[in-house]
Amino acid sequence: MYGKRLPILEGAGAVAGAASANTPARPHTKDASFEFLTTRKDELVGWARKFSLFPYPFVTACCAMEFMAVSASNYDTDRFGAALPRFSPRQADLLMVVGTVTQKQAPILLKVYEQMCEPKWVMAFGVCASTGGFYQNYASLPGIDRIIPVDIYVPGCPPRPEMVIDGIMRLQEKIANGRHPIINERF
Amino acid sequence: MSADPVLRPPIANPVRNVLTASREDTTIVNIGPSHPATHGTVQIIAELDAEKVVRTDVHCGYLHRGFEKECEDHTWHNLMPYVDRLNYCSALINNFAYCDAVEQLMGIEITPRTKYLRTLLAEYSRLADHLTCVAAQLMELGAMTGFLYLVTARDNIYEHLAALTGARVTYSYGRIGGLAFDVPAGWFQRLEEILKEYERYVEMVHGLVDRNRIFIDRMRNVGVINTRDAIHWGFTGPILRSTGTPRDLRKDTPYLAYGELDFDVPVGIKGDNYDRYYVRMREMDESVYMIRQLVDMIPEGPIMVDDRRCVFPEKELVYTEIESLINHFKLVMEGPVVPAGDIYVAHEGANGELGFYVVSNGAGQPYKVHVRSPSFVHMGGVHTMLNGYQLADIVTTFGSVNMIGGECDR
Amino acid sequence: MSAPLFDRLREQLSPGEAGQEGQVSADTPVICRGVQHQVLVFELAPAAVMPVARRLRDEFGFDLFLDVTAVDWPGEPLRFEVVWHVYSTTDRQRVRLKTRVAESDPIVSSLTPLYGAAGYMERECHDMYGIVFDGNADHRPILLYEGFVGHPLRKDYPKQKEQPLVPYLPPQSALVR
Repeated sequence: MYGKRLPILEGAGAVAGAASANTPARPHTKDASFEFLTTRKDELVGWARKFSLFPYPFVTACCAMEFMAVSASNYDTDRFGAALPRFSPRQADLLMVVGTVTQKQAPILLKVYEQMCEPKWVMAFGVCASTGGFYQNYASLPGIDRIIPVDIYVPGCPPRPEMVIDGIMRLQEKIANGRHPIINERF
Repeated sequence: MSADPVLRPPIANPVRNVLTASREDTTIVNIGPSHPATHGTVQIIAELDAEKVVRTDVHCGYLHRGFEKECEDHTWHNLMPYVDRLNYCSALINNFAYCDAVEQLMGIEITPRTKYLRTLLAEYSRLADHLTCVAAQLMELGAMTGFLYLVTARDNIYEHLAALTGARVTYSYGRIGGLAFDVPAGWFQRLEEILKEYERYVEMVHGLVDRNRIFIDRMRNVGVINTRDAIHWGFTGPILRSTGTPRDLRKDTPYLAYGELDFDVPVGIKGDNYDRYYVRMREMDESVYMIRQLVDMIPEGPIMVDDRRCVFPEKELVYTEIESLINHFKLVMEGPVVPAGDIYVAHEGANGELGFYVVSNGAGQPYKVHVRSPSFVHMGGVHTMLNGYQLADIVTTFGSVNMIGGECDR
Repeated sequence: MSAPLFDRLREQLSPGEAGQEGQVSADTPVICRGVQHQVLVFELAPAAVMPVARRLRDEFGFDLFLDVTAVDWPGEPLRFEVVWHVYSTTDRQRVRLKTRVAESDPIVSSLTPLYGAAGYMERECHDMYGIVFDGNADHRPILLYEGFVGHPLRKDYPKQKEQPLVPYLPPQSALVR
């Protein structure tokens, strides 16, 4: 069912940016060596995940022009490991919502988001995805965070490629500093 | 948030009438609306007989952002950014077409410098649009190098226009009565450098693609349409020209400075994808030729017409004279007063006839601003080019139609 | 430039010359309002739309259908003004056809038998204003979606009235992330 998560991944909400982000941390063992191990593991997994982002470019509108520009040679996202788009949500982990999402498109966005596997992150690219931009009317969704949780907002109409790269770098920081449980919610 | 996730109701399907199969041996496949090759958001529901497309049903509207309703809520000046975001690949053409409609309704004649500058910038925007279209088409066929070359050339254009207008993609540069700013120093020199870079990159793309066996096999005789059908289904622009008929509003009903320029209207022979690709490449060359002619033709002078009905007075006057202050205030708060009436003005956009049907009831806000967008009309007719070909041809044909979502759904 | 074709149109389509000031009625279903900003404008009774459009296409060569849209004049008895534009690729001229319908009976003829291009534009006009095109079998929503109630471009539809398909989440606090 939509929105229901398997119990084993409940704690993964903290890094995946999902609804249960501020769930109080499960009690770890107070053993320092265990904490050292999880921290090192988190750093390693975080490093691997942040440099191998597979974006799903959910492209709708004018921001697509800047998305094309930022993926091309002048401002290259390949340097950050985030260039290779995966056009199947099952294979992607970064949902880049590029452009205005309308009320008609909202169910499709939700469907694509739900089809992605954990861990996943969402970037709202452009003001229309962040807050609806200057389209405050019956047709346009006032920001995608009304329907899916968002990890990083990149404002701009459309944002300059440098801003997008800044957004990707901040997201990478967030991923690097997050917790990455890989076996169960404690490790 | 609570630990117990909220069960959300099933997602409503925004498109209920799915195509019903006409035969027993066909499958119905849904392509889009979030799809790499549908240039934004268009849904094509295709009925397939193995790989062959029997029927298609094209659903657009996934980017309907309420342009007309927004326009009715803003003053004639304030809605310039909305107009930009119609055909966002060539935003300046939209700006100037809208400004032309309002200026004609007000009875304003723009200054000569503005006329030539607008023509030059319109051709520059058309160049950016065709570069984007061909780049996207090549990328979808797998020719990533072509995409990278053309997007680099386009990036030069974006940076250059950012030096002029302040923005890379959506400029809001046109003003009713003229333009926002004059060209900065050194702009025309840089323009010539960019055109030389463009020639270098386009030559490489021609070499990679024009006689490439794979490219020809995928594009020749695919998506064919003849002139009669094209006109029946409302196609204009490069698609109509690819069928062989030289219909171009810049030549047929000249506006701005096009009457004084020397340029050809490239036409295709068959109306297939290859012709559309080649017509766009030739049109880019013609645009560059026109830009070079225009650089020598631009006279000195003011860029805003001296008409207090729509142009702000000078700042010194606003701060010293009460009439200018009131003028400025009224223009900002209520908008320029446009006499009641309606007008339809069409410019040759990058995709075809871009028409603005503007209705005024004498106020500072428009009563109605309707856009006759070429992409929307083309969506009505694109099924004629998709039916009968392979599933993989949907990608190439759709790319050659250059559907721009902002223009299609407004 | 446009004189010969427009004069011919004026004579043949609106004979009797009720003048440019009269109102459209059963006796004068076609009135020519003259050339406005280089476009020849006709006002028609709703029943006259199809015959005039057919004559324009077949006899006078107006082969390209440009646009159909509507204008909402709330408060007037005939509330909606439906406006068509057609273009002749050979003569390079445009003609505008206008007609008025009431809110209770917003039915006009569809031009889809004449022009394929009319199909999608009539669907849009129906979505936005509620005009019914008699002869067009397909009135599915094109810019709006199934389940949208109302016609947004009418003047009495509030601009910000949303009809979401997906229920909104409660707002996320930025501090949570």
